This record gives sequence, structure tokens and C-alpha cells, in this order.
Amino acid sequence: MTYIAKPKLHHPTLACNAIGFRRRDYEGKISTLCAGCGHDSISAAIIQACWELDIEPHRVAKLSGIGCSSKTPDYFLGQSHGFNTVHGRMPSVLTGANLANRDLLYLGVSGDGDSASIGIGQFVHAIRRGVNMVYIVENNGVYGLTKGQFSATADQGSKSKKGVVNSDSPLDLVGLAMQLGATYVARGFSGDKKQLVPLIKGAITHKGAAFIDVISPCVAFNNHAGSTKSYEYVREHNEAVNRLDFIDVRAEITVDYAEGEIVDVTQHDGSIVRLRKLSADFNAHDRVKAMNYVHAAQAKGEVVTGLLYVDPDAHDLHEHFNTTEVPINRLGAQELNPGAETLAKINNSLR
Amino acid sequence: MNAQVETKPHPRIEATNDFVVKFANVNGSGSASANELFARAILRMGVPVSPRNIFPSNIQGLPTWYEVRISERGWLGRRGGVDLMVAMNPQTWDADLKEIEPGGYLFYDSTRPLPASKFRDDIHVIGMPLTAICNRTYADARQRQLFKNIMYLGALSILLDIDAREIKRLFAEQYKGKEKLLDSNVQALELGREYAAQHLDPIGLHVQRADNVGDKIFVDGNVAAALGCVYGGATVCAWYPITPSSSLAEAFQKYCMKYRVDPETGRNRFAIVQAEDEIASIGMCVGAGWNGARAFTTTAGPGISLMNEFIGLAYFAEIPVTIIDVQRGGPSTGMPTRTQQSDVLACAYASHGDTKHVLLLPEDPHECFEFSAQAFDLADRLQTPIFVLTDLDIGMNQRLTAPFAWNDARDYDRGKVMTAAELEAGKDFGRYKDVDGDGIPYRTYPGTHAERGAYFTRGTSRDPYARYSERGPDYVYNMERLLRKWDTAKSLVPQPILRGTGGEAHDGVIYYGSTSPSMSEAIELLGKQSLVLDTLRVRAFPFPDSVGEFIRQHERVFVVEQNRDGQLRTLLINEFGIDPARLVAILHYDGTPITARFIAGAIAAQMQPAKAKENAA
Ligand SMILES: Cc1ncc(C[n+]2csc(CCOP(=O)(O)OP(=O)(O)O)c2C)c(N)n1
Ligand code: SF4
Ligand SMILES: [Mg+2]
Repeated sequence: MTYIAKPKLHHPTLACNAIGFRRRDYEGKISTLCAGCGHDSISAAIIQACWELDIEPHRVAKLSGIGCSSKTPDYFLGQSHGFNTVHGRMPSVLTGANLANRDLLYLGVSGDGDSASIGIGQFVHAIRRGVNMVYIVENNGVYGLTKGQFSATADQGSKSKKGVVNSDSPLDLVGLAMQLGATYVARGFSGDKKQLVPLIKGAITHKGAAFIDVISPCVAFNNHAGSTKSYEYVREHNEAVNRLDFIDVRAEITVDYAEGEIVDVTQHDGSIVRLRKLSADFNAHDRVKAMNYVHAAQAKGEVVTGLLYVDPDAHDLHEHFNTTEVPINRLGAQELNPGAETLAKINNSLR
Repeated sequence: MNAQVETKPHPRIEATNDFVVKFANVNGSGSASANELFARAILRMGVPVSPRNIFPSNIQGLPTWYEVRISERGWLGRRGGVDLMVAMNPQTWDADLKEIEPGGYLFYDSTRPLPASKFRDDIHVIGMPLTAICNRTYADARQRQLFKNIMYLGALSILLDIDAREIKRLFAEQYKGKEKLLDSNVQALELGREYAAQHLDPIGLHVQRADNVGDKIFVDGNVAAALGCVYGGATVCAWYPITPSSSLAEAFQKYCMKYRVDPETGRNRFAIVQAEDEIASIGMCVGAGWNGARAFTTTAGPGISLMNEFIGLAYFAEIPVTIIDVQRGGPSTGMPTRTQQSDVLACAYASHGDTKHVLLLPEDPHECFEFSAQAFDLADRLQTPIFVLTDLDIGMNQRLTAPFAWNDARDYDRGKVMTAAELEAGKDFGRYKDVDGDGIPYRTYPGTHAERGAYFTRGTSRDPYARYSERGPDYVYNMERLLRKWDTAKSLVPQPILRGTGGEAHDGVIYYGSTSPSMSEAIELLGKQSLVLDTLRVRAFPFPDSVGEFIRQHERVFVVEQNRDGQLRTLLINEFGIDPARLVAILHYDGTPITARFIAGAIAAQMQPAKAKENAA
């Protein structure tokens, strides 16, 4: 268990990205999760997204809470600093880290128990504050690590593996995130990497609080008939409202689309997310309508996926706080200490 | 006017520059600023004062007191007893009356006559029809209320010989640019003075100009600690409002706005978050500390309780963070506006598992500044949570204290941080490896180097290279290393202060924090009874070896504290394995600051049991 390091066999044909990294350079330790666990697919999508975006791995800080999902940051971006914090409190640690150094990319990974149960308070407030981050909840409706108890996102009436029916109503994280002012809100499915990778890329290039709820089945405890978070259930009820293509500013736009179905969203860094509408009456720019749409679909048992809301002109916490461009962890006594002369004046004012 | 009571002749208290005045007021009546003026005017006359607010957890309508110790000698603790009671609150009349020393004075509003049974015949009663005068003079209800306070200030200045020019100068400073307010305050002051001069008999308490204030400053511990954080280089503050700590965060904000804005860009070199609770506050500090910023939170006991899980994480994952706990009366909400030293154990051993934390124990605002600034160096050097334990008595009362000092040559100690250049040069990096034998490993800031120095921080056990490991030997290596680090801390923290008698004393006293000023006076009181003791003021935990030596050198050691359970005594017994019988607990925990008379009385009773019985009989 303890010292598993991946053998570093670089396949000669593996392509390098623009900054000379191979996909493999974005990987981490070998996963210790159950074979088939949705969380591993999300890790793979994160790796893919970072590689495709030419992100320097060491410029990412990955933070998580506690749970199977929260273990995953050890399994991707091995050259990034990681922090497996305490259960439900990743958002506060990420917020503090972000305040210390605004130049890194902050990736928060959490579970539905971690974020919707014990950590709902911190989830809510980090989003309210507009922390510039990518916040991913790997949502399986149960506590995987403690062996299958219901979490707060479990649907009312869904059945546990042991046959217990959940009587509490579910907490809907995307609905909440939209209400709380998240400026990039998406839902994906771990079983649909094609949809998920661009959603993550869009979130990474977004400046502000980006939240992605990824339905991620737990094969050990919540993948049976009667569960609303199983692979089968989600495949059957997945209603993708749009398809997202992430268009790199440097790349030429080659894909052709039929007119009227396309919305281009220019992100803060100039990159473009191109939305292909799959549902005619869905609009990812209208927060209130999007919330209604998602809730109406939910009431019918549908799982709406795609980019649900985006505000490309969002402001983040550092802008609210008017902090210096230079990360504050780089300031020294020179910049921070008012000095002896000022202190003498302060002393005088206290006499 | 004050003829309702037939006062028998009895000795008046006669004292110059050494007495206690207590104001009994109603919360929200505007008395606070008049009372502060009273204290400041005496200070300006060169006579040390030490005022204490005793206030309820309430905004308006409940009883509140302001007790001023006037002491040319410079005793800044509470003495005990009251020589002059300014009784402005009918609600607390009976209790206030009881507190006056025999031969002392009662000043009250005599507008409404009171029956003789409402007075004592061993005190001197001074009645002044404040309400009547105010009602005559002012039409506006709020003015009637506010100027009543200024008027009694005027009367007291006559009775006690306080220089009215000092009060007027203070008015002028306070109302600079608001001339109308200035004039009306001066007018109310003069009205009070005129009345007193014409109608009130002189009393035996007097203030006389002296030169004993020197270059001292007058400031509360929360403001001092906030400045300490500014000077110590704190850039991230996350907090959640709680009495008595809120004014610390607010003062930090105020000073940052003044001294931490980049003059060129107008951008802030700080970030202050009012978090959603104390768990988030400490979480943000942990995140910021992990990422190389100097972060602190400030709170009181209930906040410490909430922070426990994170404190354990920071200890085990070795993350610098500073926690300033302004202690108040517990447990639970206890007495939120009263003082205590009752979080000592909760902080020393905060969190689950085997944990111990560094505590700094300032005695006054000067040390609040010093220790808060130093806490950031210690946190970085030791890579662990550092607690600064003050209390409401120090935190929220203005105290005469040595001026703040800073040496511009002093740089911050950022501790062992491996740089990109060192990593590039191939220096071995084991995040939890003891390379220097002091138990302190190297760390790297996130984002330092493209291929080296990244590691995964977790609360789970790991090997010296930060790799997840549940192997027993790896766990034990780490826990033993943390103990070595603990030993290293002993020489880095503020050392205890010994006041010895040069071998004369068989007994010793250990004390800390806000007990300090009363203790100094108590030692003098005991000396007058020929009871001599060596004293040791403990300023930090872990205790340096000298603390153990002090205990071993004395037959008996009194441990004076402001809590019920003798918490520091427990720490001493636990850390040194000392026979508990040798450590005698002297405890004061009713929520009011400990007094010199209490300490002296309690220690004398132990040292001369026979005499104490005699006195009691
Ligand atoms: C304070 C605290 N309480 C309880 C636990 C035990 N615990 C560990 S993981 C977990 C639930 C994790 O669920 P979720 O976030 O959904 O992650 P998953 O394993 O399903 O991916 C719990 C309750 C803990 N680690 N800390
Ligand atoms: S228990 Fe469930 S969530 Fe945890 S690793 Fe296994 S499948 Fe994944
Ligand atoms: Mg889960």
C-alpha cells in the first residue's frame, strides 16, 4: 500500500503539449480506489484538461477534504502541492491559500458528503465570496469511505444497497451554487469524459468561483437498481442541455456549426468556450431561468448536465479585497513593516 | 441637600494619589467617555491610573462599572475595595454601597430624596442634584442624560483637585473641528464645578501633580496585539466576531488601512476575512500559512472549541498559524464580558491525539504587542500553531504600559523554507525529515519549482518524504521528532522572569498574564507582614527548564491563577512530574480581575495559618 510510485515508462509516441509536457507528467500516484469507481474517471479528465491547456503542473495547488473523492488529488498532478485537509473544510483552506498567493490555480476536490453534508456551510460561503477556484464535487450520493451511508445529495426515495429508503429531500448543489453567485456552474457525469473535459477546461480558464458537480457512481455502495446515482440510472436520465467545445485562443477555429445553435463565450484570459445548444429553450446566461430549468427537470427525475450558467465578466475575491498584484506571500518586512519611526508616532498618539 | 442622613463622626479616608474610585453606571447612558476623561486627566497630571471596565453582555440598560485605581507608585492591578463610589445606578445601589471602605465616600444624585436606611453610617455621603440641574439647564432629553456625566466629572474635579485645564485640553483634542460640542462640554463641566465649589464639603482624597507617568503609553491589549500583528508581518486575518476579541480584528483592519496600502498602486498588502464561523477562520489561516503567508485569527474560548480539529491538523501537518485567544469567563457562554484565564488547558492540549502547543502569556499591552509580533516568527520557525493567550482584563482595558518598540534592523524569521535555487542545486528535500537534529524539517511553498519540492500535505501519517504510510515506525519517528521540536521551542519562547530575594525566601510564587500587576503589589503587601517570597512570572509554554528548577528550589510554590481548576498548575505537574502537594493553588475566578489584596490575603493565610485564624475570629 505505502510506497507505490508509478514506473516512469515514457512511451515514445506520447505527444508533448505546447510547454513540452506529456500527458503522463500530469499523472500522480496509482489510485487506490475500487476498480470502476467514477472518481478515477474524473481524475483522468482533470489530467486531460490540464495537459490540453498547457498548464504548468507545479503552478496548481490541489486541495481536498476527506473521503474517497478527496483522496484523488494524490492520483493526479504529482508535481503540484496537494493538501488533504479535514472533512468538509477544504473551502476555507483553499480560500486562505488563494489569499496568500493569487498566482496559482486552485483546484478543490470534494465529495457529496464532504461538501453537501458536513461541509455545506463552507461550500456556501466560499462560493458567496467568489474565490477564484475550480471546485469539483464528485457526487455519488453516499459516503464511500465510511461504507455507504446516505449523503445529503441522495434523492428522496432512493434505495441503499442494504435496502434502506432515503426519506430526506436532497440538496441540489448546482441549484445552490447558482443561487449563491457562482459565476461558472456545470454538471457532468464521470461516464462522459467527452463532455467533462471541456467543462473542466472552461472552469479552469474562468476567473471566479467555478463549480462542477460531477455525478460519479460508487461501484461499491451505490450502483444498484433503485439508486439514482448509478451508471445505469444516470445514462438513462441524462439530459445534456448543451455541448461545450473549448477553443484555445492560439488555435484556429476549424469546426463548423449550424447557425443559431452556437453561443461563444469569451473567458477572462481570452479563450472561448463555444456552446452548442442541445435544448432550444435553455440559456446558460440567464441565471434565474437556468435555475428554473434545472429544478423542473429534476422534478421529473431527469439529470441535467452541461454548462448551466456562466458569467464571463465575473469578479473574484482579490478584486473585492483590492489586494496587490504581487502575491502577498512574497511581501517581506520591507513592504509589511511600518517601521520604528511610525511606531514612535503611534506611541505619541497614545499618551 | 445631603441632610437626609445624620452622619456620625468617623475617620475619613485621607489619601493623596493612592485610592480607588468606582463609577456605577447604566450601560448605554454615555458615561463611558466621561469616565475615561476622568482617568486620562489624572494621567496627564503625571499620576498613574489603571481603569477597568466591568460591563454586561448587553448594549443598553444593564449595570456597568468603571473602576479607577489611582496610584502614584504605579500599581496597575486592582487593589480591592473602593474609596469613592460614584453611584449613578439605582439598580445596583445596595451592592455598590456595600463595597465602599469604612471611612470612604459615596457620591450620588440627590435629586430624589432617599430614606436613611439606604445609606451607611460609616461612610461620607456627598449628594448632588444632578438630574435637577440638568433638567433645569437642558431641554433635550439626550443632552440631559449626556451632560449629567460631564457634570459629575466637573464636581469630582473640584472634590479631588483634578486640574480642570487638563480636562479641557482633552475636550479640545476630542472635539477638534467640532467647536459647538466643545463649548457645550466645557459649559457642563463648569456647571458641575461651580455647584461643587459652592455646595459640597471637601473630602480626604486628593490628586496631586507628580511625574510618574514618564514615557508610558495608555492603550488596551487588543489594540496593542493588532499593532503587533501589523509589525509582525501578518497579511491574512480571518476571524469571527466574539467578545472580548472583536476589537482586535477591527483594530488590525484600521491599522492596515493606514499602514499597509501600497502607496503607488493604492492596493492592499493584506486580506481580512470575516469568516462564517471559527472553523472557517482557522481553516483560512491554515491554508494561508501552508501557502507561505503570515496568518492569524483572534477569538475567545468558544472559538477555540470549534477550531480544535484544525489545530490538530496544523500541529501534525506542521503548518504555521497564530491564534490570539482573548480569554473570557467559560465554560460555554459562561461570562462573556468578564475576565478569566480559563482556556490554558484547552489551548495547551487542543485537539485529539497527542498534541501540545506553544502558548505565549503576555502580562500587559506592551507584551501583547511584543508577543503577537514574535508569534509569527515562532510559527514560521517551529511550523506549528502559536497561541497568544491574553484575556479581557488586558485586552479591553486601557493600561499604562511601556511604549512599543521596534528595531528597524529586525527582519522576519521565515524559518526553514527550501528555495527554488536549493532544489535546483539538488538539495535533498524530505518534508518531514529531521536534518538538523532540532526536530524541525524543511518545507517548500507551493509553486516553487517545476520538478522538485512538491509534496502532499495530509493529516494522515506519512514517512519523512511525506509519502502516505501507516507503518508503525514511520508514525513513531514522526511523533518523536515532534517532541524534539517541542524541546527546541523551549529555548525560543519568551523566558520566565524571576524576582528573587537572594536565598531569603523558602516559598515561591508562580503567576502569569494579567495577574502580574496585582501580584507586584501583593508582594509588597506581604513584605509588610514580613512574608517574603521569590516570584517567577511564566511567559510561555513549553516551560523552559528554569521553571522546573525554580519549583525544586522552593519548599512550597504558590501558583496564582484566574480559573477554578488551577490549569497552569496542572500543566506544571504534568510537564515536570512534580508532587502536586508542593504546588499550592491560589485561585480567583469570579470574573472580576484578581486584586492585590486577594492574593496577599490568600497567600498570608497559607503562610501564617495561626494568624489567619486569629484575624478571622
Ligand atoms: C470530522 C469527521 N467526521 C467523520 C469522518 C469520517 N468520514 C470520512 S470520509 C466520510 C464521508 C465521505 O463522503 P464523501 O465526501 O461523499 O466522499 P466519498 O467517499 O463518497 O467519495 C466520513 C463521514 C471524518 N473523517 N471526519
Ligand atoms: S467505495 Fe465507492 S467511492 Fe470509494 S473508491 Fe470504492 S467505489 Fe469509489
Ligand atoms: Mg460521496
